[in-house]
Order: sequence, then structure tokens, then C-alpha cells
Amino acid sequence: MADYLSILFMAGFAAFMACMVLFVGSLFRPRNPYSEKLSPWECGMEPIGEADTGHFRVHFFIIAILFIVFDVEILYLFPWAVILKEPDISTLVFIEMFIFIAVLTVGLAYAWAKGALDWIK
Amino acid sequence: MFEELLFIFFSATAIGSALGVVLMRNPVYCAVSLVVCLFQVAGLFMLLRSPFLAVVQVFIYVGAVMVLFLFAIMLLDMKQIRYERLFSARGWVPYAVVAGIAIEFVAVIYGGGMDALMKVGATKAVDVKTFGRVLFTEYLFPFEVISLLLLVAMVGAIVMVKRSRG
Repeated sequence: MADYLSILFMAGFAAFMACMVLFVGSLFRPRNPYSEKLSPWECGMEPIGEADTGHFRVHFFIIAILFIVFDVEILYLFPWAVILKEPDISTLVFIEMFIFIAVLTVGLAYAWAKGALDWIK
Repeated sequence: MFEELLFIFFSATAIGSALGVVLMRNPVYCAVSLVVCLFQVAGLFMLLRSPFLAVVQVFIYVGAVMVLFLFAIMLLDMKQIRYERLFSARGWVPYAVVAGIAIEFVAVIYGGGMDALMKVGATKAVDVKTFGRVLFTEYLFPFEVISLLLLVAMVGAIVMVKRSRG
């Protein structure tokens, strides 16, 4: 279990650093708020409507699904990487994972060929 | 002692962020709060000597499920929902459900049901090495089938999106 303690320390240190950057920054930066600063601004044009009323491109859906599939794939790389150095099964395990990834690469190639990765205007 | 402190820290943060999920107005804030909560649960799994389960928690819940949650939040118009009260005074059903679950938990833990459960699963903690060895030797074929399953899911999603567009 102590092996994993370093992960906790790293996460804690990263969180601490993030908080400290914001805190120290708040000490030194000039503070001059006015309402104009809060308005969404793009090349001087006044924005029309709201940004959060569901005008979200469906195309993100396919990217999200692809992410989830490869997320699950990466999950299996964790126990794989841990036992990869075991001398008696390392070759078998290595080949096994390559077959696993190759099958999923077929899916990626399919997505690519079908143009699912292209951004449609 | 150190582990107890960690347990208290993880549990307190989990409860706090879970309250944030329920009480905050902006759905995106709720989702981020849920991410914090799920990370704490991963920490609790770690304390229970289940590093693989902790990693699954982070990958599947924080990674995959939260992406879908955020996707749904972005896709739907959340303006209306934001101003509706989830726990209104007249709606007693949520309170009743939560109270029922709480009573059930207390009854299981203090009624000795937990001890029986612990005895059923009273195996020693499985480290990732043992787990990986079993997964990649004994369950070699099911493991490879997983890749086909993921492939089918991916192709299915692409086909559906393409059809709805064309």
C-alpha cells in the first residue's frame, strides 16, 4: 500500500500548488472590477442569446464515445503493465495486449474512414 | 493512525462534495463536485487495499461516466432545471427514500449483517499483480472478447451518428 502513497502525495502537492498559485496571485495582482469585464466579448460584437441553452454540437458525441472506448482500453493497460516484467508469462501477455489493441485499432480506422473524426462545419 | 486520518479526510470530503452535487444550482458545478466525490471514493478503495478498483473508479466513473454526464448537461437546456427546487417542502418522497436508505445502512451495520458480509468475502486483499496474472492467463479469452465488445460499441455509435446526420 505504501507504494501508492506517493500518488497521494503527488496529488496533494499538485492541489496545494494550484491553490497557492491562485492565493499568491490574489495578493499581488491589481484589483479593479467593473461590470464590463464580466461580459462575454468577441471582437466587439454583442453576443446574442445564452451560451448554455443546449446549442451543443452533436459531433462531440462521437468524440466522447471514442474517448470512453479508449478509456476502458487504457484501464486494462494498468494490470498489464504491472505484470509485464514477470518472466514466465511476459511474452504471452505482451502479445495478448497487442491483439487487444489491434482489434480496437480496427475501430479507430473505421471511425477515421467513415469520417467520424472530421470536423463538419 | 495515519490511515484513519486519511479515511476521515476522504470520507469527509466525499460527503461534502456529495452535498455539493445535490445543493448547487449550476449543473456543471454539480458535475465537478461529483468528480471530487468519486475521487474520494477511489481513495477509500485504496485504503481497502483494492488499488485496481480505485483505478477503475477513476477511469470509468471520473473518466467515462462523467464525460457522458457533462455531455448530457451541455446538450440539454438546463436553464429551467436550475431554478427548480429539487427538495421542495411538499415533496416528501426524496426525504423518505433517503431516510429509508439511511435506516437500512444503520440496521445492516449495527445489526451484525455487515459481519456476515465480511465473512463471505473474507479473502485476503488481491494486489494488482495477482489480479493481472489471473486476468491475462486464466481469463485470456474473455479478455480478448472485451476488445470485440468495445469494437462493437464503437462501430455502433459511429453508425448511429452517421445515420442521424444523413
